[in-house]
Parts: sequence; structure tokens; C-alpha cells
Amino acid sequence: MKAVCWYGARDVRVENVPEPKLLNRRDAIVRITLTAICGSDLHLYDGYIPTMQKGDILGHEFMGEVVEVGRDVQNLKKGDRVVVPFTICCGRCFYCQKQLWSLCDNSNPNITWCEQAYGFGGGGLFGYSHIYGGFAGGQAQYARVPFADVGPLKIPESLRDDQVLFLSDIFPTGYQAAEYCNIQPGDVIAVWGCGPVGQFAIRSAFLLGAERVIALDDEPKRLELARRGGAEALDFRDLDVVEKLKELTAGRGPDGCIDAVGMEAHGTAIDALYDRAKQAMRMETDRPHALRQAIQACRKGGTVSIPGVYGGLIDKFPIGSAFAKGLTLRMGQTHMKRYMKPLLDRIERGEIDPSFVITHRVRIDDAPRMYSTFQKHEDNCIKVVMRPN
Amino acid sequence: MQVITHKKHAFNIGTAERVISAVGGGILAVTGIQRRSVGGVAMALIGGDLLRRAITGHSYAYEALGVRTASKGQGAETTSVPYELGVRVDQAITIARPRAEVYRYFRQFSNLANFMENVHSVRDLDGQRSHWVVAGPAGRTVEWDAVIHNEVENELIAWRTLPGADVDHAGSVLFKDAPGGRGTEVSVELQYNPPAGVAGAAFAALWGKEPTQQIHKDLHRLQHILEAGEALVTKGQPSGRTAKPSSSQEREEREVEHASRESFPASDAPAYNH
Repeated sequence: MKAVCWYGARDVRVENVPEPKLLNRRDAIVRITLTAICGSDLHLYDGYIPTMQKGDILGHEFMGEVVEVGRDVQNLKKGDRVVVPFTICCGRCFYCQKQLWSLCDNSNPNITWCEQAYGFGGGGLFGYSHIYGGFAGGQAQYARVPFADVGPLKIPESLRDDQVLFLSDIFPTGYQAAEYCNIQPGDVIAVWGCGPVGQFAIRSAFLLGAERVIALDDEPKRLELARRGGAEALDFRDLDVVEKLKELTAGRGPDGCIDAVGMEAHGTAIDALYDRAKQAMRMETDRPHALRQAIQACRKGGTVSIPGVYGGLIDKFPIGSAFAKGLTLRMGQTHMKRYMKPLLDRIERGEIDPSFVITHRVRIDDAPRMYSTFQKHEDNCIKVVMRPN
Repeated sequence: MQVITHKKHAFNIGTAERVISAVGGGILAVTGIQRRSVGGVAMALIGGDLLRRAITGHSYAYEALGVRTASKGQGAETTSVPYELGVRVDQAITIARPRAEVYRYFRQFSNLANFMENVHSVRDLDGQRSHWVVAGPAGRTVEWDAVIHNEVENELIAWRTLPGADVDHAGSVLFKDAPGGRGTEVSVELQYNPPAGVAGAAFAALWGKEPTQQIHKDLHRLQHILEAGEALVTKGQPSGRTAKPSSSQEREEREVEHASRESFPASDAPAYNH
């Protein structure tokens, strides 16, 4: 089968690899009908995530048709149409029982590597390095899905693939980011980054009752898409962001601030240049420019919610500001199963059509070119989907 | 992991080794003195230290390495790891399953090879004694017989190795209810006498077989099996590393295979490693 494989920084190739087999009793094999490139795949593409191995199959946003199930999978059968969440979870450990699905104790065979880096290990992820389990990803014609009796969500025939594909990651991720802001009537939410997760965070904030959403980016096309979602979209290059947000909220500051940028922020302020230099010298692994602004801008007692991925260490973290204002910080990988079914219901009711974010529909053979286009923000690229079969 | 070394100046050299030290040290010292050169002084000093080692029965090098070649002395028949010596490992994990279930799984010794990466097999000999085959350094296997010397149902299993073991050790597993219905706390305590003292553990660490990490990994796998019903594997997945060759390469390989088959007599088939 064809699969998108990682070979190093800015080197991905489409290879002809063997088809996956059932390896555990709770596995299923899915024939993939639609798959996407995620913004977090760019962190792999740029070489910022450790423990990748040459030849690893990428991709964690995919859906398809079940073609084979393991002996212990009772709730799925051949022919079922499913969306697969990017986090793998056993459904039975302490964390799964507490609905903290992405922290599953049993889905990452390399959990002890994770412990060395982070103290404790999180659950396994598809196509996202060996520290997260080393599972082959879904930018391929077929994928093996472990614990298939827990993760995959069955999809009714009435919905198109492109309407439900993003239940695999970015819609729930944007939604969790907004939910973490504990939105109350009258709340103003500010969103840093208008990539796909930012776009879903904007729309989710409105679904959860936000009065206004202010979105920040420097790409005109992304700002335009944010505006279409109802946000007041600002180009951060023209602004003193913290002052502008204060002004727009009559001195209160946003009630919730969402950092949908993560470790590769590119700002124009002094601290952004400082981060770039330190990261280049390997003295700082992540560039937290957006996060610093979000903390500085947030109103007293507000929430800073971080769906953007961070992997290592940051520097000049404004803990004094966060402390002085009594902020709540919420973050982490998405607890997918909390959101997939309720959001599917919202899609079925016509409250949102997630396909709005797609800008490029290509064949899997185009993946290497599209990684480059997406990474360079060329051709107004926001979201790439691929039909591998 | 904690390295337990014996008391300063305790006897840690066996009788035979002391005699060899005395003879060798004496020869070195006398020869060195006769030479009357810088090299001779060095020889004399080394010889002198060997003599000290022979007379006191104590080696500083062995002390640092946790090695003891002196006989175990009194009680050797009932202790597997001599007093104040060896390497001790403590590891624990919480498993979200009832205590009786965790205990039962562990007490069925044939299950141990399911979650202990280096254990090839554990054979129950008579309910109390068992025979272990375990992966050792450099691709070798090490074996031992162990006996359960203390057992409290659903609470404790303690064992020690019997004389003749490749690695002398003693250990116990404790099962306790975790608070608030969180399942069972499983605590492993292991003390062993490494084949070459602390150096053995250091070498093992190089090969990723350092006991603390190994036991820690094994306990995670025990948790995976008991909670999720299986430990996920990734070996056997496709990747670019197992990419199929392009069709032209494939043809070439087939041709080579064909030729080599003809060039061998029928009774001596070529070996393929695919």
C-alpha cells in the first residue's frame, strides 16, 4: 500500500509498504477513505519532535471503513464506517475511567521513555514519534487501530467524509480549548493563531455562548476565514497586541485566551527574535511568544487555554503575571472521547459543517509537495485532505 | 537501586585467593627491590599491596565493586544473598484491578514470562520450587531454581534462589489495596548478588538490562495486561523500513534467487534471510 513516510526534517516520501496486520486482539484494520495533514505534523516535518525514526508512517487524522477486526472487538464489524481519534486509549485504566482519555496508562508501549522526559507518560498517538508509542499513522491506504473497541466512532451514512473527518482531532481539540475557558454570558475570548485548530476554537467559543471572539494571525486568508466564523480578526504585525486587546474590551482584557499556536510561534516582537535565536542554538526547545502574550493579555482571574503543542522547555515564562492575576492555565492533548459523539450530533443537527476549513484536496502521492506548501503557508493553504484509495 | 557494600576492612577474599596474593605479592616485592629502578619500585609497591591484601583478607577494589569471594560462612544454606552485600531494587506500581485478581495472576508463575521481558520461562516444579530461564548478558541465558519461603495469600510472595543459581538473589512482592478504590499497589523488592559485583550491573546498564529500569518496564507491562487485557505491540507494523522494492528491483532479486538456486546442489539449499 502507499504510505507517507518520514525520513528527516523536511523529508517525507510516499513509499510502497506492506499492508498492516492485526497484531493484538483488540485491533481493527481500517481501509482509509479520507486523511489529513495536521498542523502538529509540521512539528514533525520541521524536526522538532524527538524519537522519530526514518521510515515512520505519518498521520493521525483519518477515517475509513473497517475491513478486519480482532477477536476481542465486539462492537465493530466489517463494513462499518468510522472516524478514528488520534489518541489511543484502553478505556479501562484509572485515567480512561475518569474521562482523561489522552492520559491512558496502557496505550503507549514506550511509556517509560515518556517518563524520562516528562515524569509520567501519556497515552499512545498515531504517527507521532516513538515516545508516544511508535504507532504507524493514517496517511496511508490502510491503518491498524489498537483498542478499536474503544476509540473509533461510527458515522451515519447521511454525512459526507469531509464533514466528519475532523472529529479525529482538530474539531474536538478546538472545542476542548474553548470549553476549558469556562465561557460565561458576556465573555470575550481571544484566540492566537488562525490555523485549523484556531478556526475550530473560534467557532466552538460561539457554540459555547461567547459574546465576542477576537482572533490573531498574520495571514490574510486565515484572518478572512476567522472573520467568516464571526471573529474580529486582527493582524498582530500591526499591533501592540496586549494594548489592543485591552482597548477592544474597554480595559477588562479577554476573559479567556487560547494559544492555538504552540511551540513554533513566529512573532515580530523582541522576545520572538530572542526565542528564535535561542531555539536555533538549541538552548530553548519551544518558542512561546504567543503564550507570553496570552498570559499578559488575559484579564484577572481569567483562563489561558493551550491546545497548541509544546514539547520541551521554554524560557522567560511570565509566571509573575499569571500569579498576580490569579490565572487558570489549562492544557494537554485532547480527551477525544468526551467530545466526538456530542460534536457528531452537532454536525448532524447542522450547527456546524467542519469542511469549511479545507483548502486543498489532493491525492496521497502529492503529500510531500503539500507538506511543503502547508509549512510555508503558500497558496493560501489552511487544511489539506487526501483520498488515499 | 542501591548498592550495598560490606563493612570496611571486613574479610572479602577467599582463602585460595589470599594464598595466591601472598605468593604473587612476595615474588613481585622481592624482584622489584632487587631491580633498584623506577620500574622496580612500582613492582615492589604492587607486591607490597598484594601482601597486605593477603594478610588482611580485604580488597578495596572488591569493596567498591560489591564483590565478595570469601565463603558465605554461617547461615549460607538459608541465605541467597550474603549479609550487607549486593544490589537492591525497589519498584512499585498501582494496578486498577482487585487485589485477589492481581495476586492470582502473579502466583501462577507461568504468567511471569508474559510481562517480564527477559524471562524466557518459569516452570513450576512442585508448587513451592520453580525453575527460571532468563536472558543474560551477551546473548547467554542464566538459570536458577527458586523456592517460595514465605507466602500470605493475596498479600505477599517471597522467594530466594537455591544453591547453584547463576545469579543469587532473594525477592518479595507485596500486594496492598490502593486507597479510594484505585486498585492494588504492587511493590517489588529484589536483592541480588551480581555475577561480577557492581561492575555487572554497570555492564547490564549499557545493554539496557539495568534491573531497576527493567523491573519498572515489566511492571508497566503487567499493568497493561491486567487492566487492558493485552500489552500493545508495534513489532510487525508497516513502515518505510519495510518498504517493498520497486518493480525493477524486485525483478533483479528474483533473477539472483533463480541463479543461486541452480548453482547449489539440490541437497544444499541456499539460506535466505528475508
